[in-house]
Amino acid sequence: MKTSHLLLLFTFLGTGWTYAHGFAGARFFPATLSTDDPFVNDELSLPTVSSIVTPDEGGTRDTEVAIDIAKRITPNFGIELGESVINLKPSNESSQTGFGNLEMGAKYEFFENDEHEAMVSLGAGVEVGGTGNKRVDADSFTTWAPALFFGKGFGDLPDTVPFLKPVAVTGLVGVAIPTSASTRTVELYEATGEREADIERHPDVLEWGFALEYSIIYLQEQVKDIGLRPPFDRLIPLVEFAFETPLNRGQQGLTTGTVNPGVIWSGKYFQVGAEAMIPVNSRTGNDVGFIAQLHFYLDDLFPHTLGRPLFGGKK
Amino acid sequence: MKRVILGLMLIVGFGSAELQAHAFLERADPAVGSTVQASPGEVTVLFTEKIEQALSSVQVFDASGKEVDRHDVHLDRPNHAMLHVSLSPLQAGSYKVVWRVVSVDTHVTNGSFSFRVVR
Repeated sequence: MKTSHLLLLFTFLGTGWTYAHGFAGARFFPATLSTDDPFVNDELSLPTVSSIVTPDEGGTRDTEVAIDIAKRITPNFGIELGESVINLKPSNESSQTGFGNLEMGAKYEFFENDEHEAMVSLGAGVEVGGTGNKRVDADSFTTWAPALFFGKGFGDLPDTVPFLKPVAVTGLVGVAIPTSASTRTVELYEATGEREADIERHPDVLEWGFALEYSIIYLQEQVKDIGLRPPFDRLIPLVEFAFETPLNRGQQGLTTGTVNPGVIWSGKYFQVGAEAMIPVNSRTGNDVGFIAQLHFYLDDLFPHTLGRPLFGGKK
Repeated sequence: MKRVILGLMLIVGFGSAELQAHAFLERADPAVGSTVQASPGEVTVLFTEKIEQALSSVQVFDASGKEVDRHDVHLDRPNHAMLHVSLSPLQAGSYKVVWRVVSVDTHVTNGSFSFRVVR
């Protein structure tokens, strides 16, 4: 057998025990709500509910209910699938409800350092154009989104600052690349019989964000038992920062985004989280929205079947 | 969509009886980050899940890195989520407990914490 074949074999079969979701050394990272985390997991978000008023058409409440599932193919490579139901309610107009475009993704964790509680992954997502409903503004074109994901816990800080050790950060930097540069729509005015063409341009968009977390779990397990008992010993307060910056087609630099303070409670088999969504500028909105999520750890729920990698996990 | 969500939640809720999960440290004696007035006879660590003793370890080191436990990690008899390791008599100072455990569903977790002995 060639050396390369042996290496491949070890890549798929070499993992003995199941480490799975959100761990780097002694650090447990929860699944974040607004920014994708760097882990390759078996997990199910069911549902994620969000609502915020956007500036579209003088103010439109955008409410979404989403489901996302992630499945490990190997311990370090996984795929993701997501779908959402969207309700748009412009002010002074009736609401529209429909499906968003199907979203698919793949992620490969290529670096992990347990001592320094660090990991880095590469991923690519695709929003499949035309699979959602136009009435809720689902794009008719496909958008690709390669991204780099990272996570770092600060348990390696010196003992002189013990209460900073529970701090961790996860984040991502990526670019959403639409397969269509613009969309041309023609509107017919019945009164005059005139037609008016409208061209909407679709820029490449830099997607970036991070989550700053303080783990009570880590504090009591690794640093200092301060006497918190259930359910308070499983809390992870956090602030997420989620931004989008168009890069071209006349919209470059027009950043939108939200700052999302909230809290996650992590149990044995699932976590629940809720965050406020505070727009960073008037381009994003003027009212505070919210996002909440129920998230299942499939590797803990089904450790011998659904919750293990298809290849490379211990049987 | 509501039916899909309800169906999936039922699958998750009822399709996973007799569950185990990642073992987190729930409590320790001496407590994590604590200061004790006398040398403890042993370190006890309680986890959130039952543990596979043969694949798990608890070690105690002094400030110089010398191991001061008696290499006799064992499960608590009535509570298989608890590990004990006995100690040699400890001088005043700082000690680090390093643990790595495998829960009965094969999930691995690890960590460490310190305690101080003063006289």
